[in-house]
Amino acid sequence: MFSGPPPSDYFAIFGIEKKLALDVEDLQRRFYANSREWHPDRHARAGAAQLAYAEAASAMLNDAWRVLRDPVARAEYVLKGEGFNISEQRGRDVPPELLEEVFDLNMALEEARNGDAAAKAEVAIALAKFERILSEIDSARDGIFVAYDAAPSREALGELRSLLNRRKYLQNLVRDARAALV
Amino acid sequence: MSLFQIDFGDEPKPHKVVGIDLGTTNSLVAFMDLTAPKVIPGVDGSPIVPSVVSIPEHGEPIVGAHALERLITHPDRTIYSVKRLMGRGVSDVQDELKLFPFHIAPGSETVIQLSLGGKRFTPPGISAQILRQLKRNAEAYLGEPVDHAVITVPAYFNDAQRQATKDAGRIAGLQVMRLVNEPTAAALAYGLDKRENGIVAVYDLGGGTFDISILNLHDGIFEVLATNGDTHLGGDDFDNLLLRVALEDITAEWGADLSGDPVAVQTLRRAVIEAKHQLSTLAVTTIAFHYQGRGYRREITRDVLENLITPIVNRTLGPCRNCMADAGVTPEQIDEVVLVGGSTRIPMVRQAVRALFKAEPHTELNPDEVVALGAAVQAGILSGHVHDKLLLDVTPLSLGIETMGGVVSKLIHRNSTIPATAAETFTTAVDGQRNVLIHVVQGEREMVRDCRSLARFDLKDIDPLPAGMAKIEVRFLIDANGILNVSAKDLRTGKLQTVEVKPSYGLSDEQVEAMILESFAKAEEDFNERQVREARVEADRILNAVDKAKGDDAYMELTDGERALVDNSIAELLLAYHGENHHLILDKLEALNKATMKLAELMMNTAVRGALKGTKIDA
Repeated sequence: MFSGPPPSDYFAIFGIEKKLALDVEDLQRRFYANSREWHPDRHARAGAAQLAYAEAASAMLNDAWRVLRDPVARAEYVLKGEGFNISEQRGRDVPPELLEEVFDLNMALEEARNGDAAAKAEVAIALAKFERILSEIDSARDGIFVAYDAAPSREALGELRSLLNRRKYLQNLVRDARAALV
Repeated sequence: MSLFQIDFGDEPKPHKVVGIDLGTTNSLVAFMDLTAPKVIPGVDGSPIVPSVVSIPEHGEPIVGAHALERLITHPDRTIYSVKRLMGRGVSDVQDELKLFPFHIAPGSETVIQLSLGGKRFTPPGISAQILRQLKRNAEAYLGEPVDHAVITVPAYFNDAQRQATKDAGRIAGLQVMRLVNEPTAAALAYGLDKRENGIVAVYDLGGGTFDISILNLHDGIFEVLATNGDTHLGGDDFDNLLLRVALEDITAEWGADLSGDPVAVQTLRRAVIEAKHQLSTLAVTTIAFHYQGRGYRREITRDVLENLITPIVNRTLGPCRNCMADAGVTPEQIDEVVLVGGSTRIPMVRQAVRALFKAEPHTELNPDEVVALGAAVQAGILSGHVHDKLLLDVTPLSLGIETMGGVVSKLIHRNSTIPATAAETFTTAVDGQRNVLIHVVQGEREMVRDCRSLARFDLKDIDPLPAGMAKIEVRFLIDANGILNVSAKDLRTGKLQTVEVKPSYGLSDEQVEAMILESFAKAEEDFNERQVREARVEADRILNAVDKAKGDDAYMELTDGERALVDNSIAELLLAYHGENHHLILDKLEALNKATMKLAELMMNTAVRGALKGTKIDA
């Protein structure tokens, strides 16, 4: 360390292979170990150049930790690296198989916001359903992670991307529903 | 490390780095003694320096306990709670100004200018006076120059407030090695003898600010998971409520409105603060106020105080819940809760914390000292004396830039571990455009107008090219102090661009430099001379107190021998007083203190008996 620029690849920063399924506890141990080495506080008495290097390396490490510890952010990072478009816009398309239920929920949300108690109960039922779908998506995602790590393919990544788009849409919906029930 | 380890002189001798808690009400300085942090007492023996600065007509500013006295005698020349004004513009502090007797000079939009005795002072300039006093205390105690420090700030301080604190340090002649968040510092102080692993919540309710931080402790790593707070919420607000009630009461009783009389207001403020403190241990007390021959007494119960402050205490709960949500923890997952700040002595505050976190909060360490102790530990980390600990803190507020239509584009999200960085590429909108203006804001809201403007800067001297061809990469780095640094690079040429950041609030670099030069000119006074003067001031105080005590009945309870010893000690102190040896003055001062110890105890007992009589409640 402290020669040449810090690695810009998030996996390389932790000294691990690029993988979608990660042991977050192991990642945390590596994060702490690297922090002990790179954090500017460890170089407070060094020259300006070394301090600046420590700051840059540490900032990169923090960024990498923030992204890789979260399965969704991690998947998006890998997708982006492989040239997939993961812009915000894609999370706004309604998953076709849920069109009807989403429409019903939005109606109920509108009524619940206007103080309709019956609508609130409807929202609660829909919320439970969408939360269940969300956790199904997460297990499907973990399945793709393991499959991709064993045999990387663009098909798997394409599937992952549409799964994440659906997830993002559902998550916004769940967030709105929870807010309406408070 | 062995004590006998030979110093080969490879590394320069480490600077002595002190830790400073620059508080709204009180400030303290601490240092890392061989293995544990220790607070440093001033000449009066107390480590607590009230954060009050008084500007006399002639001579140097007065800081601390003596300035606190002058708050009553010279309210127009004395400043308190200046921390509330740090990094703010005049429009931010309208509510405060109604209660402060300060005069604000015109031109206070970006930096508040306080007008005192015909001179102007900025909040960093006033804070620098407090820091200078702490530096002097540390130098006198440690017997060596001190010019490196770690200073604590509320975790929820924004960039401008942090920068203002750093400026204050520079003006005071201190190299600020690090700004540390107060709750994090407290966790560091507690972590010394507490559990090694677990999740800890730090609830910090001070004089003027409220912070909540949740940390993960892991073998000496203190990783902040999330922080939240309110930089305008604290014990001052309790005082102001009580003050308002008492003022209304007096208006009704006396038919005179005292709110425009600064001497009366400050005297009454002192009385309500006293009552507030007593209600932390007593169920009922009296606000007693005498002014211009008239007296006002009002009995106040703890219930009344609690009813009064409930809305303010409740305002701390929202940030606590948001902090837990951001940290991704439930109350059940929190292993320890730590209380920091004088306002956590209030039983009702403790009760609220207990109910929210479902845990018995820690109060073992003195809530007034714990932040300074933690700052000293961080100072030890930076100077290489503490090896096994490391703080990983976060930025409390999201950082973004203004885009089309006044919308904020977030670049670094709140609760990101710092140092944190983000890069954004900018281009030109019209052919031949030579500069791009960038506006940086801090806050969680979507629109620029709802966030805090942080700075504007101009990317200059861009090569004239067709629109959209120029590519300038701007890198935003929030350093370990939580302060933003900006650099820019022309991606086509690889050339670094000049960035002139114009902060929206705060002093310019030139202004800070000018204040440093000014302070150097004044600082040439001899170190020894200053110490002698300070020792004499302290001697005056004690001599006055003893003189008064001689009139007390308790004095007659002393034996002849004891009385002779007191007189003898006074004579010896007076002899030393007129010499130039401050050590001798302090020695004789201590001797007099010892000689009057019994007298003080007797007087204290009488006072306690009186107080107990006064608080008897009919069952």
